[in-house]
Amino acid sequence: MIKLSGLSKKYNDNFVVKDASALFPKGVLTSIIGPNGAGKSTLLSMASRLTNSDAGEVVIADKPLNQWDNAALAKRLAVLRQSNNINMRFTVRELVAFGRFPHSQGRLSARDNEIIDKAMEHLDIQHIADRYLDQLSGGQRQMAFIAMVVAQDTDYIFLDEPLNNLDIKHSVEIMGAIQHLAHDHGKAVVVVIHDINFAASYSDRIIAMKRGQVIKSGDTVEVIDEAVLSDIYEIPFTIREVEGQRICMYYR
Amino acid sequence: MRNSTKLILLCVATLAIIALFLGKGLDAHNYRFFLSRRIPKVLAILLAATAISWSSLVFQTVTNNRILTPSILGFDSLYVMIQVLLVVLAGGLSPLVIQPMLNFSVTTAIMAGLSLSLFAWYFYGKQRDLFSLLLIGIICSSLFSSVTGFFTMVIDPSEFMAIQASMFASFNNVNGALVYWTIAPMLLCLALLLKLAPKLDVLWLGPDNATSLGINVRKLTLQIMALVTVLISVATALVGPVLFFGLIVVSLTRQLFSSYQHRLLLPASSALAAFLLLTGQWIVENLMAFETTISVIINFVGGSYFLLLLARNKVN
Ligand SMILES: Nc1ncnc2c1ncn2[C@@H]1O[C@H](COP(=O)(O)OP(=O)(O)O)[C@@H](O)[C@H]1O
Ligand SMILES: [Mg+2]
Repeated sequence: MIKLSGLSKKYNDNFVVKDASALFPKGVLTSIIGPNGAGKSTLLSMASRLTNSDAGEVVIADKPLNQWDNAALAKRLAVLRQSNNINMRFTVRELVAFGRFPHSQGRLSARDNEIIDKAMEHLDIQHIADRYLDQLSGGQRQMAFIAMVVAQDTDYIFLDEPLNNLDIKHSVEIMGAIQHLAHDHGKAVVVVIHDINFAASYSDRIIAMKRGQVIKSGDTVEVIDEAVLSDIYEIPFTIREVEGQRICMYYR
Repeated sequence: MRNSTKLILLCVATLAIIALFLGKGLDAHNYRFFLSRRIPKVLAILLAATAISWSSLVFQTVTNNRILTPSILGFDSLYVMIQVLLVVLAGGLSPLVIQPMLNFSVTTAIMAGLSLSLFAWYFYGKQRDLFSLLLIGIICSSLFSSVTGFFTMVIDPSEFMAIQASMFASFNNVNGALVYWTIAPMLLCLALLLKLAPKLDVLWLGPDNATSLGINVRKLTLQIMALVTVLISVATALVGPVLFFGLIVVSLTRQLFSSYQHRLLLPASSALAAFLLLTGQWIVENLMAFETTISVIINFVGGSYFLLLLARNKVN
């Protein structure tokens, strides 16, 4: 379990995240939604020690974040930022293998290689294992990065906009893979998502942010609500049930 | 061709040129004399080649750029400036100036202090873009050169002559007195860098991914900067400043060995650097009769290449 309490972050005297609290339990897929600039990425990077907070506390597995040793934490928590520009050539397999670094410090054992293969299988990218990242489409590259996180095999996984630039097929595949990690492997998975309908269809819990504050958090059905979403995005929302699934309409 | 084959070929070529250097015109009568002069020289070039190539490579990794090297940012002009200031402040006969090891240690310590402040500015300050680092580096390095130039003219000429040889090393005037002294600190730095090599590989993924994979990026950068400073001091003390050599060697190494692994890139870069420097020096000595220095050639080729890189990449 990860617990955020009263987290705040200021840039140039403006609160980018203000007094945000949240729980990320294991076995649960949590989505963070909200308009651009709401502070989703900042919240995610404070929760995953990529950014320092100005106030508040992050507790990971009953231990405050500042008491964790970074190398030990890397065996428990993995995070993938929104954009990943690399100016070195890697094959997909080489990239995914980096996921084992916290465990093997660069010396891959047979078991590490097995986990790497499984991670690539999980995202269905074994067939491009030996291709270089710069020869791939944006979506395939994104899959490779997610496979790296999967290979890291941590209890807690944070992904910032994993569906960025992906077509529908890849998006569905990635969300399926992520959901599988939460439900079948008991991991706490937290994703920032822009597409409300993906969030509604796959997440167990949703945290809705606006202007740095958590406006609403709870089970998916509580947050995927016409009044809540209209308030957050400042446009009218219509919600319908299709085959037991809430679907949002907001195009007009 | 496989990377290991390339590395072996490169090492063989380097050994061949070393043999050529050491062995020219030797016979049973003169070998003691010649070897006693040539071995320190070759050793100095080998040490400098390794120091320059390793420091440039790892510096580029931690700053995540492929254009700037410690020399381009003025690290070695800083070294020369400290030397001149020592003469001015302590006098040409002070042990600080004439005792090679004391002089080297003091200069390196001052360098380390200054370069770690550069580190602090770059990593704890707000803007950490490459362009401001480049500008600051270029300003500093011309400032250092101007200060050096100024005091060189102010110093009493007789005092200057006495110290010139040991202060301004170059490839035609290798600092033989220091060679054996620098071996131990060099080996220590190299061992530490090899130990850090797998962590450096992870830095290719950027600071955020590296943190996620358990690297303490700031601590690693700090360690690397400290090691880089010692290496630059060694190289500058032995053969003087060579502005663009690190840039050329690291780029060529990357082209020849398409690998991300520092465990391969580091030895490969030093073999390549040693090969290039020794070959260049041999040509200067034997075909050009010392008419020019290899530094001039390096800076001409390297400077043009640097401009090309800048134009192509617009720094970022
Ligand atoms: N390093 C930074 N310096 C200054 N402002 C920043 C920085 N990072 C983010 N911000 C600002 O914080 C706000 C929230 O950003 P972010 O967390 O990325 O939002 P989101 O991910 O929800 O789109 C934005 O207004 C952004 O401009
Ligand atoms: Mg964002």
